[in-house]
Formats: sequence, C-alpha cells, structure tokens
Amino acid sequence: MAEKKNTEGLEIGIRVLVPVAGVVAGLIIGALFLIILHARPLEAYGALLRGAVGSRFGITQTLVKATPLLLVGLGISIAFRASCINIGGEGQMIMGALSATWLALALSGLPHFILIPAVLLGSMVAGGFWGFIPGILKAKFHVNEILSTIMLNSIALQLMNFLLQGPLMDPKGIEAGTYLAQSARLSKNAWLTRLMPPTLLHSGLIIALVMAVIVYVLLWRTTIGYRIRAVGLNPAASSYSGINVPVNQAMALTLAGALAGMAGAVEVLGVQHRLLEGLTSGYGFTGIVAALLGWLHPLGLIPASIFFGGLLVGADTMQRAVQVPSALIGAILGLIVLFVSASGIWTQQLIRRIRSRREQL
Amino acid sequence: MNDLFSLTLVTGLLNTMMVLATPFLFAALGETFSQNSGVVNLGVDGIMLLSAFFAFYAVLITGSLILGILAAVITGVVMGLMMSVVSITLKAEQGVSGIGLQMFGLGMSSLLFKVLVGTVKTVSGFPTLSIPLLSRIPILGPILFQHSILVYIAFLLVPLSWWILERSTWGLVIKAVGQNPAAADSRGINVDRVRYLCVILGAVLAGLAGASLSISSLNLFQDNLTSGQGFIAVALVYFGGWSPVGVMWGALLFSMANSFQLWMQVLGVPVPASLANMLPYILTVVALTLSGSRRKTPAALNKPFIRGEA
Repeated sequence: MAEKKNTEGLEIGIRVLVPVAGVVAGLIIGALFLIILHARPLEAYGALLRGAVGSRFGITQTLVKATPLLLVGLGISIAFRASCINIGGEGQMIMGALSATWLALALSGLPHFILIPAVLLGSMVAGGFWGFIPGILKAKFHVNEILSTIMLNSIALQLMNFLLQGPLMDPKGIEAGTYLAQSARLSKNAWLTRLMPPTLLHSGLIIALVMAVIVYVLLWRTTIGYRIRAVGLNPAASSYSGINVPVNQAMALTLAGALAGMAGAVEVLGVQHRLLEGLTSGYGFTGIVAALLGWLHPLGLIPASIFFGGLLVGADTMQRAVQVPSALIGAILGLIVLFVSASGIWTQQLIRRIRSRREQL
Repeated sequence: MNDLFSLTLVTGLLNTMMVLATPFLFAALGETFSQNSGVVNLGVDGIMLLSAFFAFYAVLITGSLILGILAAVITGVVMGLMMSVVSITLKAEQGVSGIGLQMFGLGMSSLLFKVLVGTVKTVSGFPTLSIPLLSRIPILGPILFQHSILVYIAFLLVPLSWWILERSTWGLVIKAVGQNPAAADSRGINVDRVRYLCVILGAVLAGLAGASLSISSLNLFQDNLTSGQGFIAVALVYFGGWSPVGVMWGALLFSMANSFQLWMQVLGVPVPASLANMLPYILTVVALTLSGSRRKTPAALNKPFIRGEA
C-alpha cells in the first residue's frame, strides 16, 4: 500500500513538473533572445520579478490580472475536458463586457447587491451565447470549433468597436469633442468592492475563486461534469453508453463562454469601470496557456493564473525599466505552449513506465 | 449610387480582389498540402507574421527584394520544422501546438519590430509588372495582367498544386498518408517524412503569403499585420474541400467581399467601417457551416501516426 501511494505521488509530481520545465525552457530561450537583442537577461527578468511580486502594489496587480485569467482558464478547461479547443475566450469576454456595460448603465438605479448579480448573470448569458454558437455549429454542422471561435473573436471585436464609436460612446466625450472610443463611466453602485484600497484589488478575485470551486464540483461531483469528461476521454465509448457526444460538447463550449463572459464583466466592473478598446488585452489567449499549465484542473489553474498574471504585470515593469518590449512575453508564452503540448507524449511514457514498475512490485 | 457600378470602378474592384486574394492563396494552398498529409497547421498566421517581418526587414536593410523573399522562405522552413517536430515527431495535439506557434510568431514579430525598426516605415516592394499585350486588353487587362509578380505566382500555384495533388505520384503518396497512414506505412512509405515535407512546404508558402503583404501589396510592417488572415486561410482549406481549385474559389469569394467592403468605404457608402469589417468573418462562419456537412476530410487529419496503433 505504501508503495502504491509512493508511485501515485510520483505521477502527480511528473504532471506538475513537466509543465514547470516547459516554463523554464521558455524563459531560457527568452533569455537567449534578449542576449541577441543586446539586452541583459538577468536585469530584464529581475525587473520582471520585481514588478510582479516586489511590492504590495505589484502583488495586488498580479492578483488583479490573475482574476480574468482564472475565469477564462476555467472555461477553457471545461471545453478541453470535452475535447473542444476553445480559442474564443477573447470574443466571449468582449460579449460579456459589452452586456455588463450595457446592463450596468441601464440598471444604474438598482442597489449594489441586486445590480452586481444581475450584471454578472447577464454577462454569463452573453458570453455563453457566444460559446453556444460554435457549440451548436459543431454539433449540427461539424464546423471545426477552433476556426469558428477565432472568427467569432473578430466579429465580437468589430461589434465592440461599432458600439463604442456609436450607441455606447461616452456622451461626455461627444460633448467635449474628444470622441474617445469608450463608454460612459459606470455609476459607483456598479463597481466591485475594492478589497485593499488604494490598490486595485477587487472582489472579482473572490468571485473567480468561488467559480473555481463551483467548476470543480461541476466536473467531478455532478452527472453533467461526468458526461463532459467521459466525452473527452473516449467519445466512442460514451456514445455507446448513451451519452450524446455533440450535445455535451456544445454544452461545454457554452459553459466556457459563460465563464469568459463573466471575466469580461469582472474586468469592466472591477478594474476599468467602463468599457474601452483593448479591454480584453489577450486574456483569452493567455487563459489557454494558464489552462494547459494548470492541467485543466481548477486546483492547478489557481497557481497557474497567478503565475501568468505576474508575468503580465512584470512584463510592463520590464518594458519600462530595461526597454525590452513586453511582446517578448507573448513570444515566450507561445514557446511554452509548444513545449507543453510536445511534452504530452513524454509524460505519458514516463507514467506508463512507473505504472509497469508498480505492477512488478 | 450610379457611380458604384461604373466600369472603372468594377475593374478597380476586381483588380483589388486579385491583390487581396494573393496572401490567402499562398497560405491556403500551403495548408492544403499540410492537411492532405494529415496535419492541421494552425500556426499559419504566426508564420505569416514572422515571415512578413523578416522579408520587410531584409528589404529595409539591403533594398534587395530577392533577399526579402529568401528571408521569408527561411523563416517558413524554420517555423515549419518547429511545427513538425512538435506535432509529428512528438505527436502533440495539433490544435494546441498550432496556437503556440501562432502566439510565438505574433509575439516575436512584434518584439523584433519594436526593437529593430521602432516606427512604421515603408519599403519599395515589388513593382507592378504589366504583361505586354495582355495588359492592354480592355477590361480584362487591367483586372488580370497589371499586378506585381507575387500575384501571378500565387495564381499559377493553383494549377501547379492541383497537378501535384490530383495527377502526380507525389499527390497519391500525400493523400495515402493523410487518409490511411497505417496502410501507407505498410507499403514502405515513410509517413513522418512525407508529413514533414508537406508541413514545411505549407509553412514556406505561408512565409510567401506574409512577404506578399509586407513587400508586395502593403510595403510596410506593423504589429499584427495579418490581423488573422492566416486563420481565414486555414478555414478556406475546409471550405475548399481540400482541393486547390476549391481553395481558389474560396479565396476569390473572400477577397471579393473584402474588396467590396473597401470600395464601399472609399465611396463613403454610409455603413460603419466596423460593421463592414465584420463581413469576411461572418462569411467564413457561414461558409464553414455550409461546407461542414459535405465531408471529404482526410481521414487521418489531426491524428498523429503511431506505428501499431490505428
């Protein structure tokens, strides 16, 4: 029995360590790029680290950025568990942010404790709808969800641009003649509570953590979650046992959209207090990386999103301190995805070897 | 409104359509090879971006268009190799590795642009090459025969790719590997090698697609220059039913919609630009939906080949 426990620990260790190794390899190659670009890697990474965790403000900013990553990543994990690759986090976030802004402006008379849940729910419906479209297209017309979600990202982006330059544009900007592509500022009762003023840390973090628990319960303690995971593990077998594979995949994509939509709302209500261009700032893509490194599991996602939140915060500091463009982090994230996706086969082989050794014992 | 349908306008519209179709053709024809061999390369957009940057930078520094093309081709080979090693040898989930490649290309091109160039600059790219005699045919001449050389090459690649895939032994081998790798393997075909070659060929063509933007039609580089055209190219392969001719019709339809939208903006037709910009993406989703049910998908698409597991 003790032996079995040991090898199980080893298996978990491997699952944790392989992605970490991917991150380290990505950072090392990033350092090589820095050397080629005549920047000092240690100085640049030092600035990055300082920016992310070197101060109270840095740490809270890291958590602020981790919040949407966690929400988007939870959704992407659900979709992945049903073998759907959801690249649509950006678009779903935008739809959530749009609906949140519109609802918060329209219902600004309601008290805080009714307004916030109403707005969050609305954003989940809007984001969920943006996830339902690729879901239903996949289920009914065999449309590849990777492509449809990418197209829906662009459509949502253009829709946001249209609304920000038209119906949703800040009336004050029109009066002043600045015509900034941003919405009016939300009234204070629509803001999420600041947890540690003067830092920007807001109650969205708590909402995201609660959602992580809910997603865990959903995936591992309910029939819906069981079906979603079964579809992903073995579609043929689940189909034989009477699980409707396309319907469950469509549902997984809808849930993914709902969570990303919520991320959009949290960004509007918690950070910006209005809708503006570039609000999603790539969270939809970074969320994929976080989900992959968090082994598509809510418990893994929490540290993974904090890590990548820190990376994003640190990248800005690095850019200011040593003039290395933060785009470097984008390139490193891409490499990490490549490494982690490439390491799958090694992880499996290692685990298989450990299992066979266990059987010999 | 009468202006909208005047003759010069229509020729202008169709000429623009051919220019806009060029990057789609290069990238989508390349992806057609890759997918027929069984590998979905979703990193096309990233390859286009990085190649567009290197082609642009080579021309900016040396002034040589040949070196620009060479830079794009080398970038394509290197990124094609990256995709191949990860997706073929290491058998990664292709959807994920492709997105990784795209993120890498996007980040890297933006990083290099900011460090090495800094501000938006233009280069003198490929000049318009009017074909003698043909370009003077009324109407058709200005539409078809007044382009830069990359446009002609892109369109000539259509019959060439068709011939390779549909009429040559190579095409048979590629399709065998994409349809039934186990059977191909038992006949002594090296499945992984064929896939490597197809993915690298596809990546080189994606590189040329990038170059056609940065040193032939736009003659500049900026952050996210392609704005997702590489993904549309991947969608065109599905839409075109994995055949070069189908891909060409898709690319033309697409670019037609795009050039129409550009002309509407030029003419000041009162449709907000952002709504008009949506059109190509909506069209892609509709096209994918309509073509989704008639399936001729290569049977082993997206499946890594592991000998003894089929």
